[in-house]
Amino acid sequence: MPETIPAHMKPIHAKADCLYDSYFRKEDNQHQTHYCPGCGHGITLKLLAEAIDELGIADRVVVVSPVGCSVFLYYYFDTGNVQVAHGRAPAAATGIKRARPDAIVIAYQGDGDLAAIGSAEILHAANRGEPITCIFVNNAIYGMTGGQMAPTTPLGNRTTTTPFGRTPQNDGYPLHVSEVLAALDGPVYIERVALGNVKQILAARRAIRKALESQMKGLGFSLVEVLSPCPTIWKMDPVEAQRHVREVMTSLYPLGVKCDRTAEREPLPARPPGAPLAELPRLLRIPEQEPAFERRGATGEVDLRIRVAGFGGQGVLLLGQLLAEAGMDYGLEVSWLPSYGPEMRSGTSNCHVRLSSKPIDSPLVSKPDVLIALNEPSLRKFLGAVRPGGTVLYNGSAIPGDARRSDVAMYALPFFEIADREGSAKAGNVVALGALLEALPVVPVEVVERAMARVVKSEKWLELDRRALERGRQALRELKAETVKEPCHA
Amino acid sequence: MPRQLIKGNEALVKGAILGGCRAFYGYPITPANELTEAAAFYLPQAGGVFLQAESEVAAINMVYGAASAGVRVMTASSGPGISLMSEGISYLAGAELPCVIVNVMRGGPGLGNIAPEQSDYFQAVKGGGHGNYRCLVLAPATAQEMCDLARLAFELADRYRNPVMILTDGYTGQMMEPVDFHSTPAAEPKVPDWAVCGTPETRRNLITSIYLQPDDLERHVRKLAAKYRLAEEHETRWENYHTEDADLIFVGYGIVSRILKSVVGMLRERGVRAGLLRPITLYPFPTAEIRRLVGQAAVFFTVEMSTGQMIEDVRLAVEGERPVEFYGRCGGNVPSAEEIFDHVMRWIDGRASQAVQEVLSHA
Ligand code: SF4
Repeated sequence: MPETIPAHMKPIHAKADCLYDSYFRKEDNQHQTHYCPGCGHGITLKLLAEAIDELGIADRVVVVSPVGCSVFLYYYFDTGNVQVAHGRAPAAATGIKRARPDAIVIAYQGDGDLAAIGSAEILHAANRGEPITCIFVNNAIYGMTGGQMAPTTPLGNRTTTTPFGRTPQNDGYPLHVSEVLAALDGPVYIERVALGNVKQILAARRAIRKALESQMKGLGFSLVEVLSPCPTIWKMDPVEAQRHVREVMTSLYPLGVKCDRTAEREPLPARPPGAPLAELPRLLRIPEQEPAFERRGATGEVDLRIRVAGFGGQGVLLLGQLLAEAGMDYGLEVSWLPSYGPEMRSGTSNCHVRLSSKPIDSPLVSKPDVLIALNEPSLRKFLGAVRPGGTVLYNGSAIPGDARRSDVAMYALPFFEIADREGSAKAGNVVALGALLEALPVVPVEVVERAMARVVKSEKWLELDRRALERGRQALRELKAETVKEPCHA
Repeated sequence: MPRQLIKGNEALVKGAILGGCRAFYGYPITPANELTEAAAFYLPQAGGVFLQAESEVAAINMVYGAASAGVRVMTASSGPGISLMSEGISYLAGAELPCVIVNVMRGGPGLGNIAPEQSDYFQAVKGGGHGNYRCLVLAPATAQEMCDLARLAFELADRYRNPVMILTDGYTGQMMEPVDFHSTPAAEPKVPDWAVCGTPETRRNLITSIYLQPDDLERHVRKLAAKYRLAEEHETRWENYHTEDADLIFVGYGIVSRILKSVVGMLRERGVRAGLLRPITLYPFPTAEIRRLVGQAAVFFTVEMSTGQMIEDVRLAVEGERPVEFYGRCGGNVPSAEEIFDHVMRWIDGRASQAVQEVLSHA
């Protein structure tokens, strides 16, 4: 439409402004659409274009076009255009709308695209109340692929894939999309219209405009189902096809408003503005300050592989994490790896921890220097792997006679009983940690306490854990003293 | 900058947001759930979008929509979910849409199990979806790299207008390590001039992967191919570990590369000059670097948590000039350093050719 014609002089039958004057994206025949004569798509896109013009939203519109006869909408619409995969228009439209809430996003789909392959996407977009507008062109057949059955094909109809007629036994029943979607809480407006005569076309025009308006108001999901002729595949002439829409299609698919919540539905709240960039690290909980500890002196060579194992619920993973946190604060390289894979079965839990003054190669600890076994199965399972000269801390009053090694230091202490006496058996894992720090002073106790304060959020638990840590150290000191008297403790 | 002890999966999400990611669409699957959950927690606070889609199919198409609208967008899944996304990934590549896709690999095929594997290499590196396309594929091996490569992934995705995949595994995702977030956020990314945003400036734009005329499609596919060549020239990344004097060179990525570093140490203690080439980009693959090492090494040893996928790219690079041996575990079994060491020693003492034995033992 040339700009020079004043609004009041616009010719009535001209192309809508938001349709291109010449379809430059087409290979040839750039002045006509690719639709067959009498096809409902031509009328529908004209109605849609006129509604966009009337509402003055062409700059904001993004048309999402599907696969099928309607795939080439971008030939025609002088708006933003996104072409998507078969059936996925509601999902892609969701992605666009959420990314650009001010855009007016229109998904345009045929019956195969929407009611068959894309049935999940349309159902969920509708149910989320996604504030997009969907134009659903239902001609009860697959057009572009040459006349196969659609979910909306009437019973008895012969198609290339129902050569003997559609039967409910073999093919199921025609799908009443608008009624199905209208049963959901999400949609704000759903209406079925038809292109069977001028009166019906005018009703379709109103419905499409209303659907767009409800998106402009931010009310929610709207869909207009358009019963539309496909003269080519129906093997009818255009006039006959229009009569078929009017007389046959509408009796199977009753016209009218299927749901209208536009009066009661509040506009969706606007998404809060993004945080300023400078705020991001804080929002992401990235620490701002170095822990206030002296880093380990360059002289200390540490390379400790620790395996912590026990039942699920004993705090195995937390024990390992406390150790790793403290090691990191102390300036060591650390890694923590939860047991993963086959070992996750049967309620056992274990983790691999490494503390090293050098960069850590493998975080997996297959041959530990230290084994903390919080139950007997773990002791038996991992004892054999402990490196000679290593240390074993076992949760029990004595090491079982048949699970002993003479080339490792083995200490048995009932960690959870000790913790219980302090107030809660739950802190048994921290008692074990205390014992480890006493057996191998790899990280100073103050550093562990500070790390604990970061990991253990509740003040009550932190207090208990501090006592548990101290009790663990003390218990191991006492045990060691006894061991001197009785050297073959293990 | 202070370091934070954090799981790889969570580090990846924080890195992505610092790198400008403002939308995440995903569908739950173990072992990628920490990613989806961290995105759900952090993105809305950062002014971004998080949505749990109804399926992986919907998720990747939401990614397609957001990428069309010029937003930095990510999704994460694991093998079976990535298979469902493959159609969408082909469309994203065809329409030249940037996005980041994380695959935290699990055991397959089919439902397989939830333990770590590296058996989605072919799917990630060779395509997965239909048509002539490539994803750039990054393979982090530490929690730090989960963060750093996430940031890089968004830059590469934008630079090449192409999907970038981060191919990782349950171990690298679940492992906690200290991460320095060098937390300066990326400047708010400019809206690309090709995007479709529902604005007057972008009104004439079109996102599509349709080229009906064979000549047009050929032009388009060749343009994509030229882009991939450019990426091969400029974006290939790898790490050399004790390769300077190595006679035996391991090739392994992700968690396996960490284990191989231990094995290198063990072999060197036994007098075998071993080294490791760790591909950081799996596509583009460090072919040129392997070619360079062919002049020096007597043998290459590929180790994977699969029955052998990356080994094909190693063999292609070696061009038959050196033996390429293989050790692999699968089903969710992670090879231990000791087991790889034993295997390699047995191979040296047994099946290795006379010439190779001589080189390795005279070290
Ligand atoms: S095949 Fe049917 S739906 Fe397709 S363009 Fe022709 S008339 Fe329209």
